Amino acid sequence: MKLMTKARLKSPWVLHYDCGSCNGCDIEILAALTPRFDAERFGIVNIGDPKQADVLLVTGPANRRNYKVLQNLYSQMPEPKVVVVVGTCGCTGGVFYNCPNVLGGVDKVIPVDVYVPGCAARAEQIVDGVVLALQKLVEKSERMEEES
Amino acid sequence: MVELMSLNTVLSIIFVIAAPFLGGLLTGLDRKVTARMQSRVGPPLTQPFYDFIKLWGKQPFIASRFQPMLALGYLAFILTGLILLAFGQDLLHIIFTLTLADICLIAAAYNSKSPYSNLGGRRELLAMLSYEPLMVLTAICVQVITGTFLVEGIFEYGRPLLLVVPAAYVAQQLVLVIDMKKSPFDVAGSGHAHQELVRGVYTEFSGYTLALVEAAHWTKLVFILSLISLFWAQNLLVGAGLALLLWFLAILIDNVYPRLNWKTMLKTTWSVGFFLILANFVALIILEVV
Repeated sequence: MKLMTKARLKSPWVLHYDCGSCNGCDIEILAALTPRFDAERFGIVNIGDPKQADVLLVTGPANRRNYKVLQNLYSQMPEPKVVVVVGTCGCTGGVFYNCPNVLGGVDKVIPVDVYVPGCAARAEQIVDGVVLALQKLVEKSERMEEES
Repeated sequence: MVELMSLNTVLSIIFVIAAPFLGGLLTGLDRKVTARMQSRVGPPLTQPFYDFIKLWGKQPFIASRFQPMLALGYLAFILTGLILLAFGQDLLHIIFTLTLADICLIAAAYNSKSPYSNLGGRRELLAMLSYEPLMVLTAICVQVITGTFLVEGIFEYGRPLLLVVPAAYVAQQLVLVIDMKKSPFDVAGSGHAHQELVRGVYTEFSGYTLALVEAAHWTKLVFILSLISLFWAQNLLVGAGLALLLWFLAILIDNVYPRLNWKTMLKTTWSVGFFLILANFVALIILEVV
């Protein structure tokens, strides 16, 4: 494996955005980042800045109120980047499906790489999802190398 | 005929080249020690280098055309300061080179319209206002004792500085905590999860400009630690031990204290820090050491 790909794999910085979740999944995400699960041993850091992030963790259904914020955050992240949706709401709209102000799953607004279903998704599932996302990151990274 | 370089010159050159790598390893160790203090395993020791390489390979997002230059200037001025230090130059010049480096960082933060970045820059200015007077006062103390601002003067002075100005050494803890961007004085922006200003002064950096800033940070850490090690210049191993003691205490303080606001930072440094150094100074005069 190339050094650059290895470095990308070993240092995924996570941006967490809640676009209207009930906070159940957010609590689980934060649980996965706390000392109990110690995500930092894989180099995972929770960073608040989209310009410095590699992985976008989204919870909650896409809705008319803040979908532009979500698009804005996504467009501010430099390549290579991956998007992980956590929770049933984010995957399909969940219990809010067909509500007048809900657009549906997050993939209606931005391209999504990994879906982590569950209400709420468990911390282990979220870590699994991020590991899956890292495989996607490797693919994107290699594609970027080929293009350049 | 070109004369062969003396051993000291060779050592100085090796030190300057190795400084960024040493700083990176120290940062990795910092993260490991912090993790152990929170009963975690923590990232590998080489984690900062992985971060650096990754950031270097990211798609470049430049906030303004001047920003990469300023990020480079931040690193370059710190390296210049380190070279001045390694070759035993004037302490005041060394401190003012560090100031120039910080000015580069602040100018880069002001170089975009982002309000987070602007506020971070303002807070970084306040941080400078807090720790630089302490460094300059310490340098003046050293001048009064050794009769010169030159770093060489400290080496030529018979006794270790720690025995003459112990309180000034304690005051360096404040300088180190602010410089390492550790709680309680990390108002300008930190790597931790408190994100009320996103990432403060670093908000607008991304990709390779952030990598440059990280490298500058590592170098700055080694730079400040080597300044502190001058407190025992007669045996630099003891000096390095003294510096690493303060470094460890800074990590401990970081894990014990929450973030405090900029007013507390200014009040603490200007009262406790000034008092420590000035009391030491008065004691020297009363005891007729100088």
